[in-house]
Amino acid sequence: MIRFLSRRLAYMALTLLLVSLVSFVIIQAAPGDYAEIFAAQKAATGAIITLADIEAMRIELGLDQPWYVQYGRWLAGALHGDFGYSWAWRRPVGEVIAERMPLTLTIAFATLIFMYAVSIPVGIYSAVRRYSFGDYAFSIAGYLGLAIPNFLLALVLLYISQQYFHQSVGGLFSPGYENAAWSWAKVQDLLAHLIVPVVVLGTSGTAFLTRAMRAAVLDELNKMYVLSARASGLSPMQLLLRYPVRMALNPIASTLGWRLTYVISGAPIVGYVLALPDTGPLFLNALLNQDMLLAGALIFIFCALTIIGTFVSDLLLVLLDPRIRLE
Amino acid sequence: MSALAEIPVLSVNQLSIAVDNDGTPVPITDDVSFTIGRGEVLALVGESGSGKSVTALALMQLLGAGLRIARGEIVFETHDGFRTDVVRLGAKGKAIEALRGARMGMIFQEPMSSFSPIHTIGAQIAEVVQVHEKVGRAAARARAAELLGKVGIPDPVGALDRYPTEFSGGMRQRAMIARALICKPSLLIADEPTTALDVTIQGQILQLLRSLKREFGMSILFITHDLGIVAQMADRVAIMYSGRIVESGPVRDIFRHPVHPYTRALLDAVPRLGDIDRGRRIQPIAGAMPNIFDAPSGCRFHPRCPVRDMPRCAEKLPPRAEVEKHFVECIHGERELAK
Ligand SMILES: Nc1ncnc2c1ncn2[C@@H]1O[C@H](COP(=O)(O)OP(=O)(O)OP(=O)(O)O)[C@@H](O)[C@H]1O
Ligand SMILES: [Mg+2]
Repeated sequence: MIRFLSRRLAYMALTLLLVSLVSFVIIQAAPGDYAEIFAAQKAATGAIITLADIEAMRIELGLDQPWYVQYGRWLAGALHGDFGYSWAWRRPVGEVIAERMPLTLTIAFATLIFMYAVSIPVGIYSAVRRYSFGDYAFSIAGYLGLAIPNFLLALVLLYISQQYFHQSVGGLFSPGYENAAWSWAKVQDLLAHLIVPVVVLGTSGTAFLTRAMRAAVLDELNKMYVLSARASGLSPMQLLLRYPVRMALNPIASTLGWRLTYVISGAPIVGYVLALPDTGPLFLNALLNQDMLLAGALIFIFCALTIIGTFVSDLLLVLLDPRIRLE
Repeated sequence: MSALAEIPVLSVNQLSIAVDNDGTPVPITDDVSFTIGRGEVLALVGESGSGKSVTALALMQLLGAGLRIARGEIVFETHDGFRTDVVRLGAKGKAIEALRGARMGMIFQEPMSSFSPIHTIGAQIAEVVQVHEKVGRAAARARAAELLGKVGIPDPVGALDRYPTEFSGGMRQRAMIARALICKPSLLIADEPTTALDVTIQGQILQLLRSLKREFGMSILFITHDLGIVAQMADRVAIMYSGRIVESGPVRDIFRHPVHPYTRALLDAVPRLGDIDRGRRIQPIAGAMPNIFDAPSGCRFHPRCPVRDMPRCAEKLPPRAEVEKHFVECIHGERELAK
C-alpha cells in the first residue's frame, strides 16, 4: 500500500515535470520573444527603441541564456506562483490567473459534484428497475444529454434563464452581492448562478456516468456473491447498498481523474459562450493574442490539476478496493 | 424414534418450476416430491441440467428472473414448532428473509465467487447474525470467530479481518459453511459444495460437513453428481432426470438394487476396483438428456432407455412403484422392486 502510493506519487511528480516542459516549449514556440514583443509595443506608442535596447533587455531577462537555463528559471518561478509578465494585461501572469481561478475551480468542483450526485443514484435506480418506465425515461434523457453540443445547451439555457428567470448569467454573483458579506441570501445567489454553467458542463458527463453506473450495478447484481448474500437473508436494499453499489463505485471513482480533465478542458468554450469571467475566456484570448507566458501558465495549471485529480482517484480506489491494498 | 423425530424437516410435494418462455410457462422440474428427515442427509443426484440447482434455489425462494414455482408445496417444519409452506411465503418480504440464512442455510459450488471480494470475511459472516438477531457488532464478530474456529480455519480471530482473496478455495468453502451455519439452521442446502475443489480438500470438506451435521443436529440436502460422495455422505438418495425424480430411497437399497434404467446406467458409469483387470470398460450413457423445450412424451428417459417397451413408454408417464420407501418411476418398477 505504501509502495503503491509512493510509486503513484513518483509518477505524479514525473508527469508534472514533463507537463511543465511541454508548457515551456509551447511558450517558446511562438515567433518572437518577449523583448521583441515589448519593443514592438513600445514602438507602437511612438517611443524610440534601438536594437541595443532590445539586446540589453534580453540579457536582463535572461533570454540570451541556453533554453534549459531559461526553463529552469521559469519552472522555479512557476513553483512559487511567478509565471512572468503578461504583456496583454500588463500585469504579472500569476495575478491575472489568481483573480479568475477561484471561479473556474468553483465551477469545476460544482460540476463534478453535480455529475456524481445525479449519475450514481439514477444509475442505481435504472439498474434495479431495468426496463421500467423510469429506466427508459432516464435513458432517453441521457442520450439527449450526450447528443447536444455544450455550446448549444449553453445558448439555450442562457436564453431560458434570461427570459424566464430574469437571471443574469455571467459571474458568480448578482451585482449587489459581489462585495457583500457572506449570508444565506448570498449563498443562494451563488448557487443560482452556478446552475447554468454546471448543467452545461456536466450534462454529457452525467449521461455517460449514469450509463456506466447502470452497467456496473447490473453486472454486479448477476454475481454469485449477491445470490449468496440473499441466501443469508439480506433484504434487497441492504444487499444493494452493501455489495453491488460499493463494487460499482470502483470504476466510477477510477475515472475521476479524466472527468476532471474533461470538465476543465470543456470549461473555456462554455465560459466564453456564457461570458463568465473565469479562466476560459482568459485562455482563449491569451492564445489569440500570443500572450504566451499567460497561455503556458494556464496550460501548466490545467494539466497539474488533472494530474492531481488522477492521483486523488487512485487514492479513492485504494480506499474502496482492498485488492489493490493487498497487492 | 419419537413422534417428533418422524416429522420431516422438509417435505416437498409435487413441486413444478417453470421458466417463462415469451409468456408461456415451460416446466423445468415437474412433480418433484421428496422429504428430508431430522438429522438426515438426502443426496440429489442427476446429470448436468436435470434441475437440481433450480430445485435447491426454489426451496429458499431464490429462483432467478424468469423462473417461478408453478405448483406444489414446500413444507418446512423445525423442532421448535415453526412450520410454514415456503411456496406460500412468496419470494419477497420479511417472512422469507427471516427464513433464509437463519432456518435454512445454503452453500454453493463456487467458493471463489460466493464472497464479495471487497469486504472482509468477518464482516460478511457477522452481518448474517446481525440481520437475524438483535446483537451488537462485537458480539456478532465473536460469533463469527467462533464459527470460523469450528469449521477449522486457523487463527479465526485474525481471519475475521482477512479478505476472500487471501484464502484458498478450500478455506473459502469452510468460511462459506461458517456463514451458512452461524444462525444454526435446521436445514443446510449444499449445491455441489466440493465440485470446484481438488480431491484431498474435497475429502476434508465432506468430513467437516459430517461432523458439523452431528454437532448441530441439522439435516442436509446434498446436491452432487458424484456417486462416490453419495455413498460417503447420504442416508437417502433421489435420482433426478430431466426435471423429474425417477428413483429414490435409502442409499444402500439403491446402490445394491437399482431399479430405474437411468440409475443403473449412472451406477455402471462409476469405475470400480478390478474393472481394469477384468477388462471392463466404463459404459457411458448413450444419448443426451432432452432439452427442456422439447421434452419427450411419456417417460422422459425412453429415447435413451435400453429396456424400453414401445410404444407404451412414449405414451404416458410410467406409474410410481414403492417398496419400503424405495420409489421408482418406471413401467418395470413394480416387477423389479419385487425381486
Ligand atoms: N434462469 C433460467 N432461465 C431459463 N432456464 C433456466 C434458468 N436456470 C436454469 N435453467 C434451465 O433449467 C434446467 C435445469 O438447470 P439446473 O441449473 O437446475 O441444472 P443442474 O441439475 O443444477 O445442473 P448442473 O449439474 O450443471 O449444476 C437447465 O435446462 C437450465 O438450462
Ligand atoms: Mg447445478
